[in-house]
Amino acid sequence: MNLDFSPEDAAFREEVRRFIADNYPASLRGKQDEGEELAKEDYLSWHRVLAKKGWVAPAWPTEYGGPGWTSTQRYIWSEELARADAIPILPFGINMVGPVIYTFGTPEQKQRFLPPTLSGDIWWCQGYSEPGAGSDLASLKTKAERIQGDDGKEYYLVNGQKTWTTLAQHADWIFCLVRTNPTAKIQEGISFLLIDMKSPGITVRPIITLGGEHEVNEVWLENVKVPVENRIFEENKGWTCAKFLLAHERSGIAGVARSKRGIERIKSIATVESEDGRPLIQDPFFARKVAELEIDLTALEFTELRVLASESAGRGPGPESSLLKIKGTEIQQRITELVLEAAGHYGAPYFRGFPTDGHNMFPIGPDYAHRAAPTYFNGRKTSIYGGSNEIQRNIIAKMVLGL
Amino acid sequence: MDFNFSEEQSMLRDTVASFLRDRYDFDTRRAITRSEAGWRPDYWKAFAEELGILAAPFAEEHGGLGGGPIENMIVMEEFGKHLVVEPYLGTVVIGGGFLKHSGAPIAGEVIGRIIGGEAVLAFAYAEPTGRYNLADLSTTAKKDGEGWVVNGHKAVVVGGPWATHLIVTARTSGGQRDRQGVSVFLVEKNTPGVTTRDYPTVDGARASEVAFENVRVGPEALLGPADQGLPLVEQVVDEAIAALCAEAVGCMRKLHEGTLDYARQRKQFGVPIATFQVLQHRMVDMFMNLEQSVSMTYMATLKLDEPAEERAKAASAAKVQIGKAARFVGQSAIQIHGGMGMTDELAIGHYFKRTTIIEQAFGGVDHHLRRYEMLTLPQAA
Repeated sequence: MNLDFSPEDAAFREEVRRFIADNYPASLRGKQDEGEELAKEDYLSWHRVLAKKGWVAPAWPTEYGGPGWTSTQRYIWSEELARADAIPILPFGINMVGPVIYTFGTPEQKQRFLPPTLSGDIWWCQGYSEPGAGSDLASLKTKAERIQGDDGKEYYLVNGQKTWTTLAQHADWIFCLVRTNPTAKIQEGISFLLIDMKSPGITVRPIITLGGEHEVNEVWLENVKVPVENRIFEENKGWTCAKFLLAHERSGIAGVARSKRGIERIKSIATVESEDGRPLIQDPFFARKVAELEIDLTALEFTELRVLASESAGRGPGPESSLLKIKGTEIQQRITELVLEAAGHYGAPYFRGFPTDGHNMFPIGPDYAHRAAPTYFNGRKTSIYGGSNEIQRNIIAKMVLGL
Repeated sequence: MDFNFSEEQSMLRDTVASFLRDRYDFDTRRAITRSEAGWRPDYWKAFAEELGILAAPFAEEHGGLGGGPIENMIVMEEFGKHLVVEPYLGTVVIGGGFLKHSGAPIAGEVIGRIIGGEAVLAFAYAEPTGRYNLADLSTTAKKDGEGWVVNGHKAVVVGGPWATHLIVTARTSGGQRDRQGVSVFLVEKNTPGVTTRDYPTVDGARASEVAFENVRVGPEALLGPADQGLPLVEQVVDEAIAALCAEAVGCMRKLHEGTLDYARQRKQFGVPIATFQVLQHRMVDMFMNLEQSVSMTYMATLKLDEPAEERAKAASAAKVQIGKAARFVGQSAIQIHGGMGMTDELAIGHYFKRTTIIEQAFGGVDHHLRRYEMLTLPQAA
C-alpha cells in the first residue's frame, strides 16, 4: 500500500499536461470563459484532437483503440483535464455504448461502429428513459416488432417515445432499449438497438430546462425501420446490456477531479466576495461548509481510488459504483449551491439571450456570478439521472447488502 | 499508487483475526471488562510471544518486524471488531511512536521491553481543563540539576491502571497555551510522587486520574527536544488518530453487519423488517458511511509520513469523517435494533459505546474541522 506516483507516472503527467496546453482549442477556451452555450462543432473540435492522438477513450481496451493506460494514468489524465478546465468528453459513445458494443457486439458491429465512435463521426445519444419509464426503467413501452422488408431483409418496426435524451439534436445515432416481447417478464422482453437518427419516422423536440438550456429532448419514433443486424446481443437480452452500461456510466460519474476544481473556484470567489468587511471565506459558517465539502470529496476520491484499484485487479465496475454516483452527485450539487451563495446579489440577473451591447459602463456583476444560478438549477439533474440516487440506494441494498 | 496489502500484511491480519475469533468472543470480552484487573495480562503475553504483534511496527534494529502505520492499522481494525481492551494503542502506537520518533537514548531498551510484553505504556496528556488542545498544559516540569521535577494532574489516562510507564506532556517554559515550551517525558509509574485513582470507562476500558507531586526523573526521561516537543506530540497524536480510525472501522463493520443480520431475522407486520425501504436506505447510508471511513483511514494512514502540514490535514480530515460516520452508524444500529438495541445483553450497544468514545478521542468533529480549516483556508489576520 502506498500513494506514491512512480517516475513514469510523473513523466506521464508532464506529457499530458503539455499536450493539453498545446492542443486545447483556443476558440473553445474563449467560449467557456464567456459562459456561452457550446455548439456541436465545439464539442467535436476537442474530441477530434484527442481521437487523433489516440487518447479519447482511456478506458477502452487497446485492441479497440484505447491507449492502454493503467488506472493510475487514467486518474492522472482526468485530474489534468479538470485542472485545465477542459470540457468533458461526451460520454454517450465513449463511456456508454462503446463498451456495450465491444463487450456484447459481433465482430461486424465492432468494425462498423467503434472506429467512427472514436473519431467523433458518430455522435450518439441515449434512448433509455420514456415518459412512463423513469426510475422504473424496465417498464419501458417502446415497441419493436419483427417485420419483413420489401427488400426481403428482416427489420424491427419501432414505435414509441423516448425522453430526456441529452443532446439528441446533434446526434447521428441513438442506442435504444425497446420491448421485443410484450408477454415476457418485464426485464426479459427488452432488446438493445442502434438506430440511425436519419431514419424516417424520427422526430426530435426540445425540452427547455430550469437553467434555460436546450440540453434534453423528446425523441418520437413512428414506424421506424431498423435492420435486425443493428441489435446488440441477443433478442430479449437487452437488459443485460442496459445494466452493464449503467454500471459503466456510474463509474465516471464521481467527477472527483472536476469537483476539486469546483472547490478551488469557491475558495477564490469567497476570497473576492466580502461580508462585514472581511472576505467571505473568513466567515466561520461559510468556511465550515467549504471544509466539510472538501473532506467529503477527499473521502470520495479515496473510495474511487479503491474502486479503480479493484477494477485494475480485474474486477469490473460493480454495484459499488452506485456509491460513487450518490456521493459524487451530492458533492457536485453542494458546489453549485456554494457558488450561488457566494455570488450574492448577482446570482439573480439572467443572461441567456441577453443582447451583448458592449455596454461597459455598468457591468452586471462579476463574471463568476453569471452562470451561478443556471448551473445550480441545472445541477439538480445529477441526483435524478443515471438512475436516481434513491434507485442507487435500492441497487446497493439489493446487490451489495443482499437485502 | 497501490491499495493492496502485502503478503506479510495479509498474514498479520489473518493471525490476529484467528486469535481473536478463538479467544476473544463477546462473552469473554464481557468477563474481561468485569474482572478486577479489567484486562488479560496473559493475552498481552500471547500478543508478544505467540503472535508477535507487539513488534509489528518497530524497526528491525529494535527487534521489531520492520512494519509501520499500515501494520498498526491492520491490528487496530481487528481489535475494533472484537472490542479488545488491551492497550495496543497506548503502548505500541503512542508509546512506541514517541520512543521511535524521539530517538531518545532510552528508546531502544524500552521498545525491547514493549516487544517482550513487559512494558505497558499509557499516554498522560489530557488535563482537567485543557480539552483537546495539546499545548494547553498546567502540568510543569522544572529543571533540577541534570533531571526534572514534574508536578500536575493528568486526566482520563486510558490504560493507566495497567501501565508500567507513562508518557507525560508537561510545560517546561512559556505560558499556559504557548506552542513553545512543551516537553515530553517517560515516567515509570512507580516513581515516588506518582499517585493514581483508577476507574472504569463507559466503553469497557480502564483509566486513571494521575497526580504528579514533585516527581523526580533523570535526564534520560526526556523524549525529544526540551521545550520544542509539541511537533513530536502532534505527530504521534496524528498516528494515534489514524489507528483509532482503523479501530472505529472495525467497530462499524460489526455495527453494520449486526444490523443487517438483525433486520433479516426480525419480523414485524408479518415480514422481515429488512424488506422495508426506509430501513434499507438507512442501512445503505450506514454502508456508505463505513466505506468512506475505510477510504479515509487508508488515506490518513498512508499520509502519516508526509510533511507535518499534509499529515495533519489528512489526520483531521479522517477524524471528521470517522466522527460523523461513527455517530450515524452507531445510532442507526441501535435504532434498527429497536428495544433490543437498548439492552446490555447484545454486543451492538457495546460497539456503539466504543465508537462514541472514539468519536471524541483526541478531539471530535468540530475540533478537527477547526484544525482542518486552519490548515486549508486563508485566516483572518
